[in-house]
Amino acid sequence: MKKFKHSEITPEKIYNKRRSFIRSMGYGLGTIALSSVPLINAKANNSNEPTSYEDITTYNNYYEFGTGKSDPHRRAKNFTTKPWSVKIEGEVEKSLELPIEEILAIKSEERILKLRCVEGWSMVIPWLGFSLSELLNKVQIKSTAKFVEFETVYNPEKMIGQRYPTLNWPYIEGLRIDEAMHPLTTVVTGLYGKPLPNQNGAPLRLFIPWKYGFKSAKSIVKIRLTKNMPNTAWKNASPREYGFYSNVNPEVDHPRWSQATERVIGESILAPRIKTLMFNGYGDEVAHLYTGMDLKKNY
Amino acid sequence: MSLWPIYIITYQIFYNKLGPEPVDRIINHFGEWTLIFVLLTLSMTPLKKITNSLEWIKFRRMLGLFTFFYASIHMLSYVGLDYRFDFETLINDVLKKKFIFIGFSAWLLLIPLAITSSDKMVKILKKNWKKLHRLVYIISIFGVLHFIWLSKTIFFKPLIFLIILIILFLFRINFKKFNLS
Repeated sequence: MKKFKHSEITPEKIYNKRRSFIRSMGYGLGTIALSSVPLINAKANNSNEPTSYEDITTYNNYYEFGTGKSDPHRRAKNFTTKPWSVKIEGEVEKSLELPIEEILAIKSEERILKLRCVEGWSMVIPWLGFSLSELLNKVQIKSTAKFVEFETVYNPEKMIGQRYPTLNWPYIEGLRIDEAMHPLTTVVTGLYGKPLPNQNGAPLRLFIPWKYGFKSAKSIVKIRLTKNMPNTAWKNASPREYGFYSNVNPEVDHPRWSQATERVIGESILAPRIKTLMFNGYGDEVAHLYTGMDLKKNY
Repeated sequence: MSLWPIYIITYQIFYNKLGPEPVDRIINHFGEWTLIFVLLTLSMTPLKKITNSLEWIKFRRMLGLFTFFYASIHMLSYVGLDYRFDFETLINDVLKKKFIFIGFSAWLLLIPLAITSSDKMVKILKKNWKKLHRLVYIISIFGVLHFIWLSKTIFFKPLIFLIILIILFLFRINFKKFNLS
Protein backbone atom coordinates (compact mmCIF):
# COMPACT_ATOMS: atom_id res chain seq x y z
CA MET A 1 0.00 0.00 0.00
CA LYS A 2 1.17 3.43 -0.88
CA LYS A 3 1.96 5.43 2.17
CA PHE A 4 1.13 9.11 2.50
CA LYS A 5 2.87 11.41 4.84
CA HIS A 6 0.49 13.04 7.24
CA SER A 7 1.17 16.40 5.70
CA GLU A 8 -0.05 15.20 2.33
CA ILE A 9 -3.49 14.25 3.55
CA THR A 10 -5.89 17.13 3.54
CA PRO A 11 -8.73 17.05 6.05
CA GLU A 12 -12.08 16.97 4.32
CA LYS A 13 -13.20 20.32 5.61
CA ILE A 14 -10.21 22.11 4.19
CA TYR A 15 -10.39 20.03 1.04
CA ASN A 16 -13.91 21.26 0.35
CA LYS A 17 -13.11 24.79 1.31
CA ARG A 18 -10.21 24.79 -1.09
CA ARG A 19 -12.44 23.69 -3.95
CA SER A 20 -14.76 26.61 -3.43
CA PHE A 21 -11.84 28.89 -2.82
CA ILE A 22 -10.21 28.02 -6.13
CA ARG A 23 -13.52 28.50 -7.86
CA SER A 24 -14.06 31.92 -6.30
CA MET A 25 -10.49 32.82 -7.13
CA GLY A 26 -11.25 32.10 -10.78
CA TYR A 27 -14.38 34.23 -10.61
CA GLY A 28 -12.48 37.02 -8.94
CA LEU A 29 -9.75 37.17 -11.56
CA GLY A 30 -12.30 36.89 -14.35
CA THR A 31 -14.33 39.76 -12.98
CA ILE A 32 -11.28 41.95 -12.68
CA ALA A 33 -10.19 41.18 -16.23
CA LEU A 34 -13.68 41.87 -17.60
CA SER A 35 -14.31 45.00 -15.60
CA SER A 36 -11.13 46.56 -16.91
CA VAL A 37 -12.20 46.26 -20.56
CA PRO A 38 -14.16 49.55 -20.67
CA LEU A 39 -11.09 51.29 -19.24
CA ILE A 40 -9.26 50.99 -22.54
CA ASN A 41 -11.50 53.59 -24.11
CA ALA A 42 -11.71 55.99 -21.19
CA LYS A 43 -10.55 59.51 -21.93
CA ALA A 44 -8.26 61.50 -19.67
CA ASN A 45 -8.85 65.03 -18.59
CA ASN A 46 -5.86 67.02 -19.84
CA SER A 47 -7.12 70.44 -18.81
CA ASN A 48 -5.02 72.58 -16.54
CA GLU A 49 -7.55 72.55 -13.71
CA PRO A 50 -5.71 73.11 -10.43
CA THR A 51 -5.39 70.06 -8.19
CA SER A 52 -7.35 70.29 -4.93
CA TYR A 53 -5.76 72.05 -1.95
CA GLU A 54 -6.12 68.83 0.03
CA ASP A 55 -4.20 66.73 -2.50
CA ILE A 56 -1.48 69.35 -2.93
CA THR A 57 -0.92 69.51 0.82
CA THR A 58 -1.24 65.83 1.73
CA TYR A 59 0.60 64.11 -1.12
CA ASN A 60 4.21 65.26 -0.94
CA ASN A 61 7.69 64.01 -1.61
CA TYR A 62 9.74 65.69 1.09
CA TYR A 63 12.18 63.12 2.40
CA GLU A 64 13.32 65.39 5.21
CA PHE A 65 10.04 64.36 6.85
CA GLY A 66 10.02 60.73 5.70
CA THR A 67 9.70 58.78 2.48
CA GLY A 68 5.93 58.20 2.61
CA LYS A 69 3.73 60.58 0.64
CA SER A 70 1.63 61.44 3.70
CA ASP A 71 4.62 61.72 6.08
CA PRO A 72 5.33 65.44 5.38
CA HIS A 73 1.71 66.39 6.07
CA ARG A 74 1.70 64.51 9.37
CA ARG A 75 5.20 65.30 10.56
CA ALA A 76 5.80 68.88 9.44
CA LYS A 77 3.14 70.36 11.71
CA ASN A 78 5.58 71.41 14.44
CA PHE A 79 8.29 72.60 12.10
CA THR A 80 9.20 76.21 12.93
CA THR A 81 9.97 78.62 10.12
CA LYS A 82 10.68 81.61 12.32
CA PRO A 83 13.25 82.98 12.76
CA TRP A 84 14.58 82.24 9.29
CA SER A 85 17.09 83.84 7.00
CA VAL A 86 18.55 83.09 3.60
CA LYS A 87 22.21 83.58 2.76
CA ILE A 88 23.30 84.47 -0.74
CA GLU A 89 27.02 83.80 -1.09
CA GLY A 90 29.78 82.36 -3.27
CA GLU A 91 30.77 84.10 -6.49
CA VAL A 92 29.24 87.43 -5.52
CA GLU A 93 30.83 90.80 -4.78
CA LYS A 94 29.37 90.88 -1.30
CA SER A 95 27.49 88.07 0.50
CA LEU A 96 24.09 88.89 1.83
CA GLU A 97 21.94 87.45 4.61
CA LEU A 98 18.29 88.29 4.18
CA PRO A 99 15.72 87.84 6.95
CA ILE A 100 12.69 85.91 5.68
CA GLU A 101 10.40 88.89 6.36
CA GLU A 102 12.31 90.91 3.80
CA ILE A 103 11.97 88.20 1.16
CA LEU A 104 8.28 87.66 1.83
CA ALA A 105 7.81 91.41 1.37
CA ILE A 106 8.74 91.09 -2.30
CA LYS A 107 5.54 91.25 -4.31
CA SER A 108 4.21 87.76 -5.07
CA GLU A 109 1.84 86.91 -7.90
CA GLU A 110 -0.27 83.84 -8.59
CA ARG A 111 1.44 81.43 -10.98
CA ILE A 112 -0.57 78.36 -11.97
CA LEU A 113 2.12 75.87 -12.94
CA LYS A 114 2.25 72.15 -13.49
CA LEU A 115 4.41 69.91 -11.31
CA ARG A 116 5.66 66.72 -12.93
CA CYS A 117 7.29 64.25 -10.55
CA VAL A 118 9.99 61.91 -11.81
CA GLU A 119 7.86 59.06 -10.44
CA GLY A 120 5.33 59.63 -13.20
CA TRP A 121 2.56 61.73 -11.67
CA SER A 122 1.58 65.38 -11.99
CA MET A 123 -0.38 68.16 -10.28
CA VAL A 124 -1.39 71.66 -11.28
CA ILE A 125 -0.62 74.09 -8.47
CA PRO A 126 -1.68 77.72 -8.05
CA TRP A 127 1.56 78.93 -6.50
CA LEU A 128 2.28 82.36 -5.06
CA GLY A 129 5.72 83.66 -5.86
CA PHE A 130 8.09 85.75 -7.90
CA SER A 131 11.01 85.15 -10.26
CA LEU A 132 14.23 84.03 -8.63
CA SER A 133 16.07 86.67 -10.68
CA GLU A 134 14.46 89.36 -8.49
CA LEU A 135 16.12 87.84 -5.47
CA LEU A 136 19.46 87.22 -7.19
CA ASN A 137 19.54 90.82 -8.41
CA LYS A 138 19.91 91.91 -4.79
CA VAL A 139 23.56 90.87 -5.00
CA GLN A 140 26.24 91.59 -7.56
CA ILE A 141 27.05 88.33 -9.27
CA LYS A 142 30.63 87.88 -10.46
CA SER A 143 31.19 86.84 -14.07
CA THR A 144 32.87 83.68 -12.77
CA ALA A 145 29.54 82.36 -11.49
CA LYS A 146 28.25 79.64 -13.80
CA PHE A 147 25.84 77.75 -11.52
CA VAL A 148 23.54 78.39 -8.59
CA GLU A 149 23.32 75.95 -5.71
CA PHE A 150 20.39 75.76 -3.28
CA GLU A 151 20.70 74.28 0.17
CA THR A 152 17.81 73.06 2.30
CA VAL A 153 17.90 73.57 6.06
CA TYR A 154 19.54 70.80 8.12
CA ASN A 155 17.59 70.23 11.30
CA PRO A 156 17.34 66.50 12.19
CA GLU A 157 15.65 67.38 15.47
CA LYS A 158 12.59 68.67 13.67
CA MET A 159 13.06 66.83 10.40
CA ILE A 160 12.81 63.16 11.29
CA GLY A 161 13.78 61.97 7.82
CA GLN A 162 17.21 63.58 8.14
CA ARG A 163 18.07 61.11 10.92
CA TYR A 164 18.26 58.36 8.30
CA PRO A 165 20.76 58.17 5.44
CA THR A 166 18.13 58.09 2.69
CA LEU A 167 20.06 60.91 1.01
CA ASN A 168 23.17 62.93 1.81
CA TRP A 169 21.83 65.70 4.01
CA PRO A 170 21.45 68.61 3.67
CA TYR A 171 19.57 68.44 0.39
CA ILE A 172 21.42 70.23 -2.40
CA GLU A 173 19.92 71.26 -5.70
CA GLY A 174 21.23 73.45 -8.48
CA LEU A 175 20.67 75.19 -11.77
CA ARG A 176 22.81 76.65 -14.50
CA ILE A 177 22.90 80.42 -14.09
CA ASP A 178 20.79 81.09 -17.21
CA GLU A 179 18.19 78.61 -15.97
CA ALA A 180 18.17 80.32 -12.58
CA MET A 181 17.65 83.72 -14.22
CA HIS A 182 14.76 82.50 -16.38
CA PRO A 183 11.53 84.28 -15.40
CA LEU A 184 9.68 80.95 -14.96
CA THR A 185 12.11 79.89 -12.22
CA THR A 186 9.98 80.84 -9.27
CA VAL A 187 10.66 81.56 -5.61
CA VAL A 188 7.51 80.20 -3.97
CA THR A 189 6.02 81.91 -0.91
CA GLY A 190 2.53 80.38 -0.88
CA LEU A 191 -0.19 78.47 -2.69
CA TYR A 192 -3.94 78.88 -3.15
CA GLY A 193 -3.57 82.46 -1.90
CA LYS A 194 -2.30 81.25 1.49
CA PRO A 195 1.15 81.18 3.07
CA LEU A 196 3.19 78.13 2.06
CA PRO A 197 2.31 75.09 4.25
CA ASN A 198 5.26 73.42 5.99
CA GLN A 199 4.84 70.18 4.05
CA ASN A 200 5.20 72.07 0.78
CA GLY A 201 8.55 73.61 1.70
CA ALA A 202 7.88 76.60 3.97
CA PRO A 203 8.98 79.26 4.39
CA LEU A 204 10.63 79.46 1.01
CA ARG A 205 11.04 77.04 -1.85
CA LEU A 206 11.85 77.04 -5.50
CA PHE A 207 9.68 75.89 -8.36
CA ILE A 208 11.06 75.12 -11.82
CA PRO A 209 8.07 73.98 -13.89
CA TRP A 210 9.95 72.40 -16.81
CA LYS A 211 12.06 70.12 -14.60
CA TYR A 212 11.12 67.09 -12.52
CA GLY A 213 9.86 68.02 -9.07
CA PHE A 214 12.96 67.05 -7.13
CA LYS A 215 14.90 69.90 -8.79
CA SER A 216 12.77 72.38 -6.84
CA ALA A 217 14.49 72.60 -3.44
CA LYS A 218 12.39 73.25 -0.34
CA SER A 219 12.91 75.28 2.87
CA ILE A 220 15.99 76.99 1.46
CA VAL A 221 18.60 78.55 3.76
CA LYS A 222 21.48 79.09 1.36
CA ILE A 223 21.85 80.20 -2.23
CA ARG A 224 25.42 79.82 -3.42
CA LEU A 225 26.77 81.01 -6.76
CA THR A 226 29.45 78.64 -7.97
CA LYS A 227 32.01 78.10 -10.73
CA ASN A 228 31.36 74.36 -10.95
CA MET A 229 28.31 72.21 -11.37
CA PRO A 230 26.81 71.54 -7.91
CA ASN A 231 26.78 67.96 -6.63
CA THR A 232 23.03 67.72 -6.36
CA ALA A 233 21.33 65.30 -3.95
CA TRP A 234 19.67 62.82 -6.29
CA LYS A 235 22.49 62.84 -8.84
CA ASN A 236 24.77 62.11 -5.92
CA ALA A 237 22.56 59.20 -4.81
CA SER A 238 22.27 57.61 -8.27
CA PRO A 239 23.92 59.42 -11.19
CA ARG A 240 22.62 56.95 -13.78
CA GLU A 241 19.04 57.65 -12.77
CA TYR A 242 19.04 61.37 -12.11
CA GLY A 243 20.94 63.86 -14.20
CA PHE A 244 21.84 67.42 -13.29
CA TYR A 245 19.42 68.91 -15.83
CA SER A 246 16.46 66.58 -15.23
CA ASN A 247 14.28 68.40 -17.71
CA VAL A 248 10.91 66.74 -18.20
CA ASN A 249 11.47 64.65 -21.32
CA PRO A 250 9.07 61.91 -22.45
CA GLU A 251 11.77 60.43 -24.69
CA VAL A 252 14.35 59.79 -21.99
CA ASP A 253 13.21 56.92 -19.81
CA HIS A 254 14.17 56.69 -16.21
CA PRO A 255 15.53 53.20 -15.41
CA ARG A 256 12.58 52.67 -13.08
CA TRP A 257 9.69 54.55 -14.67
CA SER A 258 8.67 55.21 -18.23
CA GLN A 259 8.49 58.98 -18.68
CA ALA A 260 6.22 58.88 -21.74
CA THR A 261 3.03 59.19 -19.71
CA GLU A 262 1.90 60.45 -16.33
CA ARG A 263 -0.94 59.96 -13.90
CA VAL A 264 -2.91 63.08 -12.92
CA ILE A 265 -3.29 63.40 -9.15
CA GLY A 266 -6.86 63.62 -7.92
CA GLU A 267 -8.32 61.90 -10.98
CA SER A 268 -10.66 58.95 -10.47
CA ILE A 269 -9.57 55.35 -10.56
CA LEU A 270 -10.97 55.12 -14.10
CA ALA A 271 -8.91 57.96 -15.57
CA PRO A 272 -6.06 56.79 -17.80
CA ARG A 273 -2.55 58.22 -17.91
CA ILE A 274 -1.95 61.28 -20.05
CA LYS A 275 0.95 61.93 -22.40
CA THR A 276 3.91 63.74 -20.90
CA LEU A 277 4.97 66.84 -22.80
CA MET A 278 8.55 67.91 -23.55
CA PHE A 279 9.69 70.43 -20.94
CA ASN A 280 6.38 69.69 -19.18
CA GLY A 281 4.65 71.85 -21.78
CA TYR A 282 6.87 74.93 -21.23
CA GLY A 283 9.01 74.33 -24.33
CA ASP A 284 8.09 77.64 -25.98
CA GLU A 285 9.51 79.48 -23.01
CA VAL A 286 12.59 77.41 -22.18
CA ALA A 287 13.69 75.27 -25.16
CA HIS A 288 16.13 78.01 -26.30
CA LEU A 289 18.18 77.44 -23.13
CA TYR A 290 19.26 74.08 -24.53
CA THR A 291 19.85 74.70 -28.23
CA GLY A 292 22.69 72.56 -29.52
CA MET A 293 22.63 70.31 -26.45
CA ASP A 294 21.98 66.57 -26.70
CA LEU A 295 19.24 66.21 -24.11
CA LYS A 296 19.48 62.42 -24.21
CA LYS A 297 23.02 62.67 -22.90
CA ASN A 298 22.41 65.68 -20.70
CA TYR A 299 19.37 64.20 -18.98
CA MET B 1 -9.24 36.21 7.03
CA SER B 2 -7.09 35.82 3.96
CA LEU B 3 -9.57 37.96 2.05
CA TRP B 4 -8.97 40.91 4.36
CA PRO B 5 -6.92 42.83 1.74
CA ILE B 6 -9.90 42.64 -0.64
CA TYR B 7 -12.25 44.02 2.01
CA ILE B 8 -9.91 46.94 2.66
CA ILE B 9 -9.73 47.95 -0.99
CA THR B 10 -13.47 47.50 -1.60
CA TYR B 11 -14.19 49.70 1.40
CA GLN B 12 -11.72 52.31 0.22
CA ILE B 13 -13.11 52.34 -3.32
CA PHE B 14 -16.68 52.82 -2.13
CA TYR B 15 -15.84 55.46 0.45
CA ASN B 16 -13.35 57.24 -1.77
CA LYS B 17 -10.51 56.66 0.66
CA LEU B 18 -7.84 55.60 -1.79
CA GLY B 19 -6.14 58.98 -1.68
CA PRO B 20 -4.78 61.19 -4.42
CA GLU B 21 -3.26 58.40 -6.51
CA PRO B 22 -5.81 55.54 -6.31
CA VAL B 23 -4.38 53.31 -9.03
CA ASP B 24 -0.92 53.43 -7.54
CA ARG B 25 -2.43 52.69 -4.15
CA ILE B 26 -4.25 49.60 -5.43
CA ILE B 27 -1.16 48.23 -7.16
CA ASN B 28 1.04 48.75 -4.11
CA HIS B 29 -1.59 47.37 -1.74
CA PHE B 30 -1.84 44.06 -3.56
CA GLY B 31 1.91 43.91 -4.14
CA GLU B 32 2.60 44.19 -0.43
CA TRP B 33 -0.04 41.61 0.41
CA THR B 34 1.48 39.21 -2.11
CA LEU B 35 4.77 39.48 -0.26
CA ILE B 36 3.08 39.06 3.10
CA PHE B 37 1.42 35.88 1.85
CA VAL B 38 4.58 34.43 0.38
CA LEU B 39 6.32 35.00 3.71
CA LEU B 40 3.38 33.45 5.59
CA THR B 41 3.57 30.43 3.30
CA LEU B 42 7.26 30.08 4.05
CA SER B 43 6.62 30.39 7.79
CA MET B 44 4.54 27.25 8.04
CA THR B 45 7.39 24.72 7.93
CA PRO B 46 9.48 26.52 10.59
CA LEU B 47 6.36 26.86 12.74
CA LYS B 48 5.74 23.16 12.39
CA LYS B 49 9.25 22.39 13.61
CA ILE B 50 9.14 24.88 16.44
CA THR B 51 5.75 23.90 17.81
CA ASN B 52 6.02 20.24 16.84
CA SER B 53 2.51 20.48 15.48
CA LEU B 54 1.38 19.44 12.03
CA GLU B 55 -1.55 21.85 12.12
CA TRP B 56 0.46 24.50 10.29
CA ILE B 57 1.02 22.45 7.16
CA LYS B 58 -2.71 22.37 6.50
CA PHE B 59 -2.59 26.09 5.81
CA ARG B 60 0.47 26.03 3.60
CA ARG B 61 -1.27 25.23 0.34
CA MET B 62 -4.08 27.71 0.98
CA LEU B 63 -1.58 30.46 1.74
CA GLY B 64 0.42 29.59 -1.35
CA LEU B 65 -2.66 29.85 -3.52
CA PHE B 66 -3.51 33.18 -1.97
CA THR B 67 -0.01 34.35 -2.84
CA PHE B 68 -0.74 33.51 -6.46
CA PHE B 69 -4.17 35.12 -6.19
CA TYR B 70 -2.82 38.44 -4.91
CA ALA B 71 0.17 38.37 -7.25
CA SER B 72 -2.29 38.02 -10.13
CA ILE B 73 -4.44 40.93 -8.96
CA HIS B 74 -1.28 42.98 -8.45
CA MET B 75 -0.09 42.20 -11.96
CA LEU B 76 -3.54 42.67 -13.54
CA SER B 77 -4.09 46.04 -11.89
CA TYR B 78 -0.74 47.17 -13.28
CA VAL B 79 -1.47 45.82 -16.77
CA GLY B 80 -5.15 46.72 -16.93
CA LEU B 81 -5.83 49.58 -14.58
CA ASP B 82 -2.59 51.51 -14.98
CA TYR B 83 -1.48 50.72 -18.51
CA ARG B 84 -4.85 49.84 -20.12
CA PHE B 85 -3.46 46.73 -21.78
CA ASP B 86 -1.07 48.90 -23.78
CA PHE B 87 1.10 45.89 -24.53
CA GLU B 88 3.74 47.69 -26.53
CA THR B 89 4.62 49.87 -23.54
CA LEU B 90 4.23 46.96 -21.15
CA ILE B 91 6.56 44.63 -23.03
CA ASN B 92 9.07 47.45 -23.22
CA ASP B 93 8.75 47.89 -19.45
CA VAL B 94 9.21 44.20 -18.72
CA LEU B 95 12.35 44.02 -20.85
CA LYS B 96 13.92 47.34 -19.88
CA LYS B 97 13.10 47.82 -16.22
CA LYS B 98 14.78 45.23 -14.09
CA PHE B 99 12.32 45.49 -11.19
CA ILE B 100 9.41 44.79 -13.51
CA PHE B 101 11.31 41.98 -15.21
CA ILE B 102 12.01 40.23 -11.94
CA GLY B 103 8.50 40.79 -10.63
CA PHE B 104 6.95 39.42 -13.79
CA SER B 105 9.31 36.41 -13.68
CA ALA B 106 8.19 35.71 -10.12
CA TRP B 107 4.57 35.71 -11.25
CA LEU B 108 5.34 33.36 -14.16
CA LEU B 109 7.10 30.97 -11.81
CA LEU B 110 4.05 30.95 -9.54
CA ILE B 111 1.85 29.58 -12.33
CA PRO B 112 3.24 26.00 -12.38
CA LEU B 113 3.04 25.91 -8.59
CA ALA B 114 -0.61 26.95 -8.63
CA ILE B 115 -1.43 24.41 -11.36
CA THR B 116 0.24 21.56 -9.50
CA SER B 117 -1.25 22.42 -6.13
CA SER B 118 -3.94 19.74 -6.14
CA ASP B 119 -3.62 16.36 -4.42
CA LYS B 120 -3.84 14.68 -7.79
CA MET B 121 -0.79 16.50 -9.03
CA VAL B 122 1.12 15.63 -5.88
CA LYS B 123 0.49 11.98 -6.66
CA ILE B 124 1.29 12.27 -10.35
CA LEU B 125 4.53 14.16 -9.88
CA LYS B 126 5.67 12.19 -6.85
CA LYS B 127 9.17 13.27 -5.87
CA ASN B 128 9.34 15.87 -8.62
CA TRP B 129 6.52 17.73 -6.93
CA LYS B 130 8.74 18.63 -4.03
CA LYS B 131 11.54 19.68 -6.35
CA LEU B 132 9.18 21.81 -8.40
CA HIS B 133 7.73 23.49 -5.35
CA ARG B 134 11.16 24.50 -4.15
CA LEU B 135 10.73 27.22 -6.76
CA VAL B 136 9.01 29.14 -3.99
CA TYR B 137 12.45 30.04 -2.63
CA ILE B 138 13.43 31.69 -5.90
CA ILE B 139 10.01 33.34 -6.17
CA SER B 140 10.26 34.82 -2.70
CA ILE B 141 13.74 36.20 -3.41
CA PHE B 142 12.51 37.69 -6.69
CA GLY B 143 9.50 39.19 -4.94
CA VAL B 144 11.55 40.93 -2.28
CA LEU B 145 14.12 42.11 -4.86
CA HIS B 146 11.23 43.49 -6.91
CA PHE B 147 10.25 45.65 -3.94
CA ILE B 148 13.82 46.72 -3.14
CA TRP B 149 14.61 47.68 -6.73
CA LEU B 150 11.52 49.77 -7.20
CA SER B 151 12.38 51.91 -4.18
CA LYS B 152 14.18 55.16 -4.88
CA THR B 153 16.65 54.91 -2.02
CA ILE B 154 16.94 52.71 1.04
CA PHE B 155 13.37 52.36 2.19
CA PHE B 156 12.15 50.88 5.43
CA LYS B 157 9.43 48.46 4.28
CA PRO B 158 11.37 46.46 1.67
CA LEU B 159 14.15 45.98 4.22
CA ILE B 160 11.68 44.52 6.72
CA PHE B 161 10.55 42.00 4.12
CA LEU B 162 14.17 41.16 3.33
CA ILE B 163 15.03 40.61 6.99
CA ILE B 164 12.04 38.33 7.56
CA LEU B 165 12.89 36.38 4.42
CA ILE B 166 16.47 35.90 5.58
CA ILE B 167 15.27 34.70 8.98
CA LEU B 168 12.93 32.19 7.33
CA PHE B 169 15.78 30.93 5.18
CA LEU B 170 18.10 30.63 8.18
CA PHE B 171 15.58 28.37 9.90
CA ARG B 172 15.79 25.98 7.00
CA ILE B 173 19.57 25.87 6.89
CA ASN B 174 19.80 25.20 10.61
CA PHE B 175 17.29 22.41 10.55
CA LYS B 176 19.13 20.67 7.76
CA LYS B 177 22.32 20.63 9.78
CA PHE B 178 20.34 19.44 12.75
CA ASN B 179 19.01 16.52 10.74
CA LEU B 180 22.43 15.53 9.51
CA SER B 181 24.02 15.25 12.93
